[in-house]
Amino acid sequence: MTDAVVRIENVSFKYDGQSDFALNNVSLHINDGEWLAIVGHNGSGKSTMAKLLNGLQTPSEGSIQICGIELTEETVWDTRKQIGMVFQNPDNQFVGSTVQDDVAFGLENNGVPREEMVQRVKTSLEKVKMDKFLDQEPHHLSGGQKQRVAIAGVLALRPKIILLDEATSMLDPRGREEVLQTIRELKESNQMTVVSITHDLEEAAKADRIIVMNKGQLYREGTPEEIFQMDEELVELGLDIPFPVKMSKLLKSKGIPINKHYLTEEELVAQLWTSHSNK
Amino acid sequence: MMEKMIIGRYIPVESPLHRMDPRAKLMIVFLFVCIVFLANNAITYGILAVYTFLMVFASKVPFRYIMGGLKIVFWLILFTMILHLFLTKEGDILFQWGWFTVYEGGLRQGIFISMRFFLLILMTSLLTLTTTPIEITDGLEELLGPLKKFKFPVHELALMMSISLRFIPTLMDETDKIMKAQTARGVDFSGGTIKERINSIIPLLIPLFISSFKRAEELAVAMEARGYRGGEGRTKYRLLQWSLLDTGMLILLALVTLLLAVFRM
Repeated sequence: MTDAVVRIENVSFKYDGQSDFALNNVSLHINDGEWLAIVGHNGSGKSTMAKLLNGLQTPSEGSIQICGIELTEETVWDTRKQIGMVFQNPDNQFVGSTVQDDVAFGLENNGVPREEMVQRVKTSLEKVKMDKFLDQEPHHLSGGQKQRVAIAGVLALRPKIILLDEATSMLDPRGREEVLQTIRELKESNQMTVVSITHDLEEAAKADRIIVMNKGQLYREGTPEEIFQMDEELVELGLDIPFPVKMSKLLKSKGIPINKHYLTEEELVAQLWTSHSNK
Repeated sequence: MMEKMIIGRYIPVESPLHRMDPRAKLMIVFLFVCIVFLANNAITYGILAVYTFLMVFASKVPFRYIMGGLKIVFWLILFTMILHLFLTKEGDILFQWGWFTVYEGGLRQGIFISMRFFLLILMTSLLTLTTTPIEITDGLEELLGPLKKFKFPVHELALMMSISLRFIPTLMDETDKIMKAQTARGVDFSGGTIKERINSIIPLLIPLFISSFKRAEELAVAMEARGYRGGEGRTKYRLLQWSLLDTGMLILLALVTLLLAVFRM
């Protein structure tokens, strides 16, 4: 595990004035270049994890290493340069008065010279296909567009890791698809590590690896195929199984020959319309 | 009525005034507010009026549009005028009508004061009509820059201003949403006595306040996550560029000041 960009070792965390641990002895590694989804229902500790990774909270016990740097109060500003975060509410993370000002905000904070800023703002907006909206004001943008601007703001800082904290949960289906498509493209072209914290298993199904959290602990870890084999167990954890998986299970119980749980609608449809002719 | 108000509204057209550096515009408006008080006779007011209308012309904002927007202000001006006609008792009596006497000094004073009022509003409106709020904020931050030496939080104030401006439309949308939600629950915002109306504001204000605080907190976290730690060591993306036009405009105003000094009584 030499290529782990994030190492979380035996981390526990308790909020002030609460008796239960929000995170209880969690250890996990995030590998370079992977797309990791952390799922769990409310109160499972997944959002606490995001706050710890960004140094917004410090663990009560254990240690967090980001790109080889131990996360402490002294190094928090350096580690924040390595992790870019996109939050849930598109409006409440839009600081600038126009699209380009917002993308520049992080660069201004880090004291990047102006000439370089102009260049970086331009290229990162091109990457999320928002370069035609330079002078647009936030209230004229859709939720998905605002989230893409937020992603551009993260990209401009050139972090190793991009952390999505429920970044698609307030978007309509089209906006969600826009944002996920953007992330997928970026991941491929930039070799970035993506960590998405979500309760939407459909979104998680597209990840390379899924970690299921429950009651502040790691409950299960595996590829999406492995995780979705859990079916009923996931429902008990308060998670909703993606529609294609549910559908393939139901079809199977009706005696239709489907040999595995399909994660995407396309796969399932392809299986269904070719199954008859294969016989 | 609100749609017609032009105070604080920006009109995006291409004009010399729009191209000017916000710092220059702020300085000119500030100076203008001072020199308006130098004028005290017909010639000096004439000079000021010519200057102001020259500026209106240079802004390329349709004059009719400005006048339409200033309708409410006209009532105020008319009111000051009448007040002066009544109260200033100087000079010869112009005419008498029952107990109502108009003195020459009253008429003169009324015209001058209304004119002063009108010119001031016209110039300040021109500033906001030709400058975006964010440009004004940037200009103020630069102009007040020297005050940083006295520990005056210039950067923080400018940031507060720009964030407030950015959130106005967001909060307007939210107000609208809450109003609809509360109307659906039976709150009547449009009717009733004044007391009832004030009471109906409460179910609107409280949710709005709560959500604003929540927004503020989330915004602060997002800002911190993006590396914000105060004004120190920060670079600026927006660039203010002082051009020959700005110097020229300041010189023009200096000339006007000189003329006023010469021709005032």
